[in-house]
Amino acid sequence: MADRYSFSLTTFSPSGKLVQIEYALAAVNQGITSVGIKARNGIIIATEKKSSSSLVDDTSISKISKISKNIGLVYSGMGPDARVLVDRARKSAQAYKQVYNEEPPVLILVKEVASIMQDFTQSGGVRPFGVSLLIAGSDDSGPHLYQVDPSGSYFSWKATAIGKNMINAKTFLEKRFAEKMEIEDAVHTAILTLKEGFEGAMTESTVEIGIATFEDLIDSKGVKVDGELVGVFKKLEESEVKDYLANIA
Amino acid sequence: MRGKDCVAIATDRRFGVQALGLSTEFQKIFAVNDKIYYGLAGLGTDVQTLSEKFTFKTNMYKLNEDREIGVRTFAHLVSSTLYEKRFGPYYAEPVIVGLDKHNAPFICSMDLIGCINFAEDFVVTGTASEQLYGMCEALWEPNLEADDLFETISQAMMSATNRDALSGWGANVVVITKDKIITRTLKGRAD
Repeated sequence: MADRYSFSLTTFSPSGKLVQIEYALAAVNQGITSVGIKARNGIIIATEKKSSSSLVDDTSISKISKISKNIGLVYSGMGPDARVLVDRARKSAQAYKQVYNEEPPVLILVKEVASIMQDFTQSGGVRPFGVSLLIAGSDDSGPHLYQVDPSGSYFSWKATAIGKNMINAKTFLEKRFAEKMEIEDAVHTAILTLKEGFEGAMTESTVEIGIATFEDLIDSKGVKVDGELVGVFKKLEESEVKDYLANIA
Repeated sequence: MRGKDCVAIATDRRFGVQALGLSTEFQKIFAVNDKIYYGLAGLGTDVQTLSEKFTFKTNMYKLNEDREIGVRTFAHLVSSTLYEKRFGPYYAEPVIVGLDKHNAPFICSMDLIGCINFAEDFVVTGTASEQLYGMCEALWEPNLEADDLFETISQAMMSATNRDALSGWGANVVVITKDKIITRTLKGRAD
């Protein structure tokens, strides 16, 4: 009985589309907006942490996740699907590290995640992931921002938005984006972009911001290595977010 | 052996099955790229298969990552590859030498299941490893220039392999600096 339902849900329509992927993208476009901006020496990703009720303990939710030392991501769409991808991405980064004893470059990790998402568009009995991801990271070739879609396509962006308000947000970014912005300015711009479509009140507990940047390399003896930079990804603390929000008030 | 802004690697040229010598010019030094060379000592078939495997892996690395592999990264790749066969290992023990991305010299060796020995001075593997330890300890000194390093490693190699029945028939020596790579073949006792 079970093998009667092992055909793939992503079968081509006569017009050459994969309808399940289209529907997955629709699920993404119902999700909360996320933005990503490339600065001179880093990437900012930001999103709104919307709780369904004031009774929710929002310290337990985190939409921005660290994947490895130098890579983080944010999603728009179905939270549980994003969680699965975060776990797979983290595992993939560690597997790379186990072979090469170094962090994976951003594009290598992005390709892995995209490949996982593509698998679910060409297998039996599964559905595509209902999320788009913005993956931000810093490696030897600089800061990178990638978007990965349910189809498994990935795009490199200088600035972008995904989710509900993506069209307005991208229009806003087209006007406000400048090449080689400083990180502080990029955070400021990201917050202003989110503000347009923000559904609740903008406070330090409803705005999540992650930054992929570079720091001085410290060797195994705790000494700073001159001229060597290493990529790091970190989420801003609520106090830091509060300071940025104060600037736009 | 590690020198001043240079590294050198040497292998003998004998391939045999116990007392029977089969080749007197067996290739045991392999290049990954301009900055990384490695040598493999041990079972002949594993030497060849591993070198093919590493060519595969480093070619894939170059295509996927769009960059050359670094010497430390390559060392860890070799270590992982050997450890994968922990309970049915390749009978080969590698020596890896090279210049890292800052052109600083790097050398290491490994046992057959991938335990890396990061050395500051010299590394040795093979049937004449004990003789080589003695020769290197006696002859090596820090900060040798490329030409002196060549002399040192060659003397160590010849004397050590002459004292081992299963090693010899000359040596292949490669000296790597940031500007050039010099490969030489030494003529030794043909027995």
